[in-house]
Amino acid sequence: MTATMSPPQSQVSSLTTGKMHRAIPFAICAFSIAVGVVGVYSIGGFKWGWMAIVAAHLYLLLVTIASRVIEDRRQATDRAMRTVMTIAFTTVTIPLISVFWKVIAEGASRFDRKFFTGSMRITPEDMLAQMEGAAVGGALHAMAGTLIITAIAGIISVPLGLLTAIYLVEYGKGKLAGAVTRMVDVMTGIPSIVAGLFAYALFELFLGPGTRSGLSGGVALSLLMTPVVVRSSEEMLRLVPNELREASLALGVAKWRTILKVVLPTAIAGILTGITLAVARVIGETAPLLVTAGVAQDINLNPFSGRMTTLPVFSYYEYVQPGVPPETGIARAWGAALMLVMIVAVLFTAARIMSHVLKPKGLK
Amino acid sequence: MWSPVFFGEATLVSQPVAQEKIKKAPTSVPDRLFSSLSQASAATILLLLSGVAFFLTVVGWSGIFGDIEGMSGSDNFVEYVGPLVFGTVYAATLALLIATPLAFAVALFISHYAPRRLAQTLGYVVDLLAAIPSVVFGIWGITVVAPLLSKNVYPWANDNLSFIPFFSGTASTSGRTMLTAGMVLAMMILPIITAISREVFLQTPRLHEEASLALGATKWEMIRQAVIPYGRSGVISGAMLGLGRALGETMAVAIILSPSDGYFWSILTNQNSNTIASNIALKFPEAYGLDVNRLIATGLVLFLLSFGVNMLARRVANSGFSGAAG
Amino acid sequence: MTANSEIDMPAQTAGTTHSEETSVEPVIAVNNLNIYYDKFLAVRDVTMEIASRSITALIGPSGCGKSTFLRSLNRMHEVIPKAHVDGVVQLNGENIYRPDVDPVTVRRRIGMVFQRPNPFPTMSIYENVLAGMRLNANRLSKPEADEIVERSLTGANLWGEVKDRLDNPGSSLSGGQQQRLCIARAIAVEPEVLLMDEPCSALDPISTMAIEALMEQLKDQFTIVIVTHNMQQAARVSQRTAFFNIDGPGQPGHIVEMDLTEKMFSNPQEKATSDYVTGRFG
Repeated sequence: MTATMSPPQSQVSSLTTGKMHRAIPFAICAFSIAVGVVGVYSIGGFKWGWMAIVAAHLYLLLVTIASRVIEDRRQATDRAMRTVMTIAFTTVTIPLISVFWKVIAEGASRFDRKFFTGSMRITPEDMLAQMEGAAVGGALHAMAGTLIITAIAGIISVPLGLLTAIYLVEYGKGKLAGAVTRMVDVMTGIPSIVAGLFAYALFELFLGPGTRSGLSGGVALSLLMTPVVVRSSEEMLRLVPNELREASLALGVAKWRTILKVVLPTAIAGILTGITLAVARVIGETAPLLVTAGVAQDINLNPFSGRMTTLPVFSYYEYVQPGVPPETGIARAWGAALMLVMIVAVLFTAARIMSHVLKPKGLK
Repeated sequence: MWSPVFFGEATLVSQPVAQEKIKKAPTSVPDRLFSSLSQASAATILLLLSGVAFFLTVVGWSGIFGDIEGMSGSDNFVEYVGPLVFGTVYAATLALLIATPLAFAVALFISHYAPRRLAQTLGYVVDLLAAIPSVVFGIWGITVVAPLLSKNVYPWANDNLSFIPFFSGTASTSGRTMLTAGMVLAMMILPIITAISREVFLQTPRLHEEASLALGATKWEMIRQAVIPYGRSGVISGAMLGLGRALGETMAVAIILSPSDGYFWSILTNQNSNTIASNIALKFPEAYGLDVNRLIATGLVLFLLSFGVNMLARRVANSGFSGAAG
Repeated sequence: MTANSEIDMPAQTAGTTHSEETSVEPVIAVNNLNIYYDKFLAVRDVTMEIASRSITALIGPSGCGKSTFLRSLNRMHEVIPKAHVDGVVQLNGENIYRPDVDPVTVRRRIGMVFQRPNPFPTMSIYENVLAGMRLNANRLSKPEADEIVERSLTGANLWGEVKDRLDNPGSSLSGGQQQRLCIARAIAVEPEVLLMDEPCSALDPISTMAIEALMEQLKDQFTIVIVTHNMQQAARVSQRTAFFNIDGPGQPGHIVEMDLTEKMFSNPQEKATSDYVTGRFG
């Protein structure tokens, strides 16, 4: 029954199949860059994009061939794939950096006091000054609008989402829970403009066509925010060990008190993180607000009537309808964009920090 | 699933001894209230979602079947929405084709090639990219990407590749083309696909990676043998989620694309089919009367489209786990 | 306690008392090997030899570094970031830790079987056996591949049980069969040495017996090094045994004694060894 195999008798082949000296890839890299720069320059001038592309391809080709010759075929493939991954990654970082760079560079020009304290209700004198090139107008109305509408969205979606998550984890089993879980999944995929249309249609049916209000915008955003809150809260609640619930119940504490006093506090850090991320997600939404809250020039603090501008909508309109001269409008658009990016980055980082710092010991 | 066991309050109601069956301990009012409240919330979610389909249909109905005279243009609904559906799918597919291989490579890079500390930072940055508002991408796209491409790529492609239908026509000088929009869309859906792929790649069981290494596999061979088969269905479902997002993306397309009426295949010109979402964003603020209803009806079509894609994604994610089983 | 190797294996003679020994040189020679996880010294100063075509068992209490040592023999230890070694390990006279040696080439010649069976779940039984071959050979024709699969599965005592269902997924087998599949996969590439890291600890007693019987057959063709926490198993299967110990938590593991198995279990030289094998600790 034993196999008629024997290990190779003459294993004189060395363990060293030849190894490429560490300096070689660097040399090839330098060479490729040189060829790329010189070659492209002589054809079409200083186009660093094309130079980079040529250099990258040349490097890939040469390093693979070199590896094939010095080492062996499998090492060559390994090296080639490693290069491909690195090139792909570098390629992706370029637009990434470009976005941040552009937003910061352009937006910083409007980070003046007037931007933060004024709205777009500008006097004729301001208009004239703008023609001369002065920076006029501000985004205060948009900031107020963002705050109000996001708050409305939060007031609707946080209790709704949290309670639903509690239902799914603590109470639900059976058809309702299954259906709800599937529906939440679907909800995460709703296009944002559809959410806006829904809110519009809802208000139109009850209040007549053409209604624009901050409340309507808040409803639209809550449709986008709720599934995020449900999902993340659900995940956090599931992480709470069962032993805690059972300990509480065994002491004779009622279920609802157990949830409120034991389960929720344990999961609160994660839940807060989830809510923060949900806010970050909707705060930049433009499309649903275009069709619900519309755009206004003034500060409007009443969510129940009248149009209300938010930062992203403000940014959009200032860009596509910049007025005269267009540079001022475009500058305002970038200023609002920068503000948005900063808010989102802060929320995002806060969420990360929260999830690390507030995590109760003993939970994964 | 943890099954709820009700103990009621600490002082139990005493049971008469002669009872035949044991009564369930009565739940107090607050208990029932809380339970109903959470149940009601869950039901509201269901209501909301059916509400979306319902309201859109009700209000959009007259947009589909209403009097064409009352609307701008003379197309019936199918003629109106056809090019829009085409544009939506076209742009989203383009974005997917560009983003998926890149996302795959970046996810592999982060999970298996980058040094540990760098990988964490990279993951964080990629996730942050997902949170950047689409209007920012739109403005960046039209101010940075469009001119860049229209100066460097479009003329060359138009001159040399115009025998391919995608590159025919006169190249745009403003860069407001389907290709630009597709590339910016790709940037926007890249983070989702990368995040999901990265998660799946990181979850490859150590045991299988070591089995591969112990056989004398190089790093790439190990990835091919152990990591990719395990993560394949996760990557696919991530791609489909990205597709769903691209289908519904509004602002970036609205800002970048220069739209025209009709079916346009070339990705280099200023004449492009618009997407449903972008069309709504552009026309809705000034629309009135039946035009509004018609736009809402197109929204319903978009809703159904992305609903379908999402369902497909869930199905692939649930059924394709050949690597995770066993 | 330094390595007290009773094996004097000068290059020319086979100076042992065990009649099954036919080889001349040790297959693996370890010299002053220190194994580190980053800055932490996990195993200190091991010097020993593994005899060819035999089974060497490494025993010792948990945490004593025997698995770490085993994994350093095929450079799997380095898979953990910042893990490194200091010292010499020679495979047939060549130092596998020379700076210009690629671990990949070492692992093609020293195979490994793990504690938990790990056939590739997305591959069939057939493909699993060939997994290592596919990496090495350029093209395998179907008849060649078939022959290798049959040969390896037969060598692993699995052929009869699976020959009718070679296309089933590797994970569809029982635990013991999966482990034999992993063994088949490892021997398909015809390594010189087979390392086994507690191969039976996740299996039931019947499967364990089957694997032990298999090892007995395999040792005629391969050199086997097995880590086991089961002393009786070491006594059953191995010709030589090395006892590793650890002085205390946080201390490096080290080799205490290495000798013919019979001697280690009946009349060891070191007290720690006899304490361990008689069950006084561990």
